[in-house]
Amino acid sequence: MPEEARWKETLKQGLRTFAVPVLATVVGLAVGILCIIVAGKDPVKAAQAFVQAVAGSPRMFGNVLVSTIPLIFTGLAVAFAYRAGLFNIGVEGQYLVAQVATVVVGVWWTPPQGFAWLHPILALAAGAVAGAIWGGIVGLLKAWKGVHEVINSIMMNWIALFLCDWLLKTYLRPDNSRASSYDLQETAWLTQGLIPGSRLHTGIWIALATAVVVWFILFKTSLGYEIRAVGYSPGAAEYGGISVAKALILTMAISGAIAGMAGSVQTMGLNHRFNETSTLVGYGFDGIAVALVGRLHPVGVCLAALLFGALDASSPLMQAMADVPKAVVSIVQGIVILFVAAESLWNFLQKRSAKKGVPAA
Amino acid sequence: MLLRLEGITKRFGSLVANDHIDLEVRKGEIHALLGENGAGKTTLMNILYGLYTPDEGRIFWKDQEVKIRNPRQAIDLGIGMVHQHFMLVPVFTVAENITLGKEVARRNHLLDMKEARRQVLELSQRFGLEVNPDDRIESISVGQQQRVEILKALYRGAELLILDEPTAVLTPQEVEELGKVMKRLVADGHTIIIITHKLKEVLHLADRVTVLRRGKKIATLDAAGQSEEELARLMVGREVVLRVDKKPAEPKEVVLQVEHLHAKNDRGAPAVQDVSFQVRAGEIVGIAGVDGNGQSELIACLTGLRKPTAGRVVVNGQDVTGQSPRRIREAGVGHIPEDRQKRGLVLNFTVAENAALGNHRAFARRGVLSYQKMVDEAKRVISEFDVRPPRYDYLARSLSGGNQQKVIVGREILRNPKLLIAVQPTRGLDVGAIEFIHRNLVAERDAGRAVLLVSLELDEIMNLADRILVMYKGQVVAEVPGHEATEEKLGLLMMGGGAGA
Repeated sequence: MPEEARWKETLKQGLRTFAVPVLATVVGLAVGILCIIVAGKDPVKAAQAFVQAVAGSPRMFGNVLVSTIPLIFTGLAVAFAYRAGLFNIGVEGQYLVAQVATVVVGVWWTPPQGFAWLHPILALAAGAVAGAIWGGIVGLLKAWKGVHEVINSIMMNWIALFLCDWLLKTYLRPDNSRASSYDLQETAWLTQGLIPGSRLHTGIWIALATAVVVWFILFKTSLGYEIRAVGYSPGAAEYGGISVAKALILTMAISGAIAGMAGSVQTMGLNHRFNETSTLVGYGFDGIAVALVGRLHPVGVCLAALLFGALDASSPLMQAMADVPKAVVSIVQGIVILFVAAESLWNFLQKRSAKKGVPAA
Repeated sequence: MLLRLEGITKRFGSLVANDHIDLEVRKGEIHALLGENGAGKTTLMNILYGLYTPDEGRIFWKDQEVKIRNPRQAIDLGIGMVHQHFMLVPVFTVAENITLGKEVARRNHLLDMKEARRQVLELSQRFGLEVNPDDRIESISVGQQQRVEILKALYRGAELLILDEPTAVLTPQEVEELGKVMKRLVADGHTIIIITHKLKEVLHLADRVTVLRRGKKIATLDAAGQSEEELARLMVGREVVLRVDKKPAEPKEVVLQVEHLHAKNDRGAPAVQDVSFQVRAGEIVGIAGVDGNGQSELIACLTGLRKPTAGRVVVNGQDVTGQSPRRIREAGVGHIPEDRQKRGLVLNFTVAENAALGNHRAFARRGVLSYQKMVDEAKRVISEFDVRPPRYDYLARSLSGGNQQKVIVGREILRNPKLLIAVQPTRGLDVGAIEFIHRNLVAERDAGRAVLLVSLELDEIMNLADRILVMYKGQVVAEVPGHEATEEKLGLLMMGGGAGA
């Protein structure tokens, strides 16, 4: 039964990979409960509120999924770039420019008779392309001039924020009585109500499909092979005839495209317009956490996005029912991230306890 | 008897690294600990130095039983160890490093660097370990850093000095120097244990030798009167052919033509100057030279990892000057790189994924990789090159150095290159693996391939090469036919001497 043995091995490996995030989540929740007790609130009530907010009714669960959708995209975007050794902090900016691009296609282009189905596809493509350009610039500068992608993508975030704000105020809205752009034509809307009563829209399928595509690219294509080789060892990649520069640019462009799809789907499925914003929306930064907690693997990212989505979606109800301040949810998120990010600490502790278990060369 | 180990046993999980090892070291001798990688030499010495606690066994120091729980206690007893990887603070000076942990302080607790310098100078003169106390560690050569490590141990009052693979990082001249220093230390009443897997060193340096194999002690012998063959047999456990039998070369058409090549190093200084040579099918051309004389830059130019500033590189009649590594590979060049961990393998890839490195597009159809094909290729490499453990799904990181090298050598050879460039193909490997790789390189030659071999080991060059080019300061200063080469002759040329250049 070698086939079965291999299965078991894969399973064991998978369990080991996710042991740290799961443990971190448990610790995070425990600390959260502790915070609730310290704040003088009733932890049992809070737990009830959480359970009800997450699984109290199909409608509630639907809303959890609504919060999950953008996080899947931004988590995938960060994870994808990370595989090539790139830290894409620019997801925020890529998200914003994609929203504007989607609005342009969704508002001003009217599909010909019988081609209504094409509208969301084109609007999504416009967003992906905008995000790809925004991310690609970062990759280009890195490959060409060695500009560090973290610095650069933070700058690109602010450029995106104010560029989009200016576009909104100058071109995208009828007059300044309105704090958002024109509404998308309804042909560009994603279908809502997958779960009756909730705003869950078909974006969830797009998100899951994207996760599958990301997995396929990373692990089944020669492009993914090149990207991972560059991420693990640029020297070996170069030796192996892989163009490191090309891999960096492509990776950032694809990562940007995924981030862009987050913005497009959010616009088409939920907002139906581009809302004025004076700050970055935060999905990109949450995406970093989601990617790390999800261990940079598409499956992990989806699960981590669900966790963070649940925490997000449950916080209003916890506040209402158990008087738990919203900050507690942020604390739990923070603790989880901290523990996952401190994985090297775990490994270090493990090695120490088994100090004599590692023969020196 | 200075030191006696009795029945030392150390287990790591199911692996028995040391299996009831007895060892006696006499005062004033140089005792070699010989064994292949993984034979348990370093583990045994780490136990003696207090880095590991043995599971069983007793340690007697000057006929007193002692328990050594940490390096501090070892140092207090008078045991010093110089690790393979030095433990120095790069931005500190030589004197600061030597006195670190046992600083010379005045009454007022301020450092007395003047006195420290004096003591360091005195020590260094006494043993002929020349160092400048004011140099920063980061600015001195590896050979000098090693001297600093030895001085550090002596400064702490070491009577017994353990040197772990001390020659691995040294040039032939530095090895010679080290030998003299060791003799002087012994004459002064010190005792030395030297961990090594190099047979020559044992015969050259040691008074007695203890051979370990797979965690067991095989024998302790007087070094005098032993032969390399005999030691190799004890070490590996079977007859080993140290000299590769090879027929005279039958060179055919020119495969690699290098014309007036110039290149710069990373700092922008000229590293390769006006180098021209040819390699023909069916011959092995060796490039000898002390490390840092332009060999690395030359090879980087030939493999596309560096752009030459002038000159031409022609492979198989095709001008590949300044082309990308991929183009050059496609022209029929296989490359066993100098640094197997940074270049030759993606350590976090599986063996199967690594089997495709450099040629992964051949495993893809319309951009989709066939893992089955990669696995098949890996299986071929594993079976033909005896990679152990024979697992294509293991990460390259988890293989030993020798097996990592076999994966690279196998991968490059099985692709049937017209020109095989092998740089330090056996660095850090043990006798068995070296023999294996050498035989394969000769077999490649006999199969009609052109082989360019770069090595810092003169033995390796003399053993394999049909023609030897000597590089000095970026130039090829001499060409010596393989059968005429001697260590003295090459050594002189490598130092820039020799009139007939």
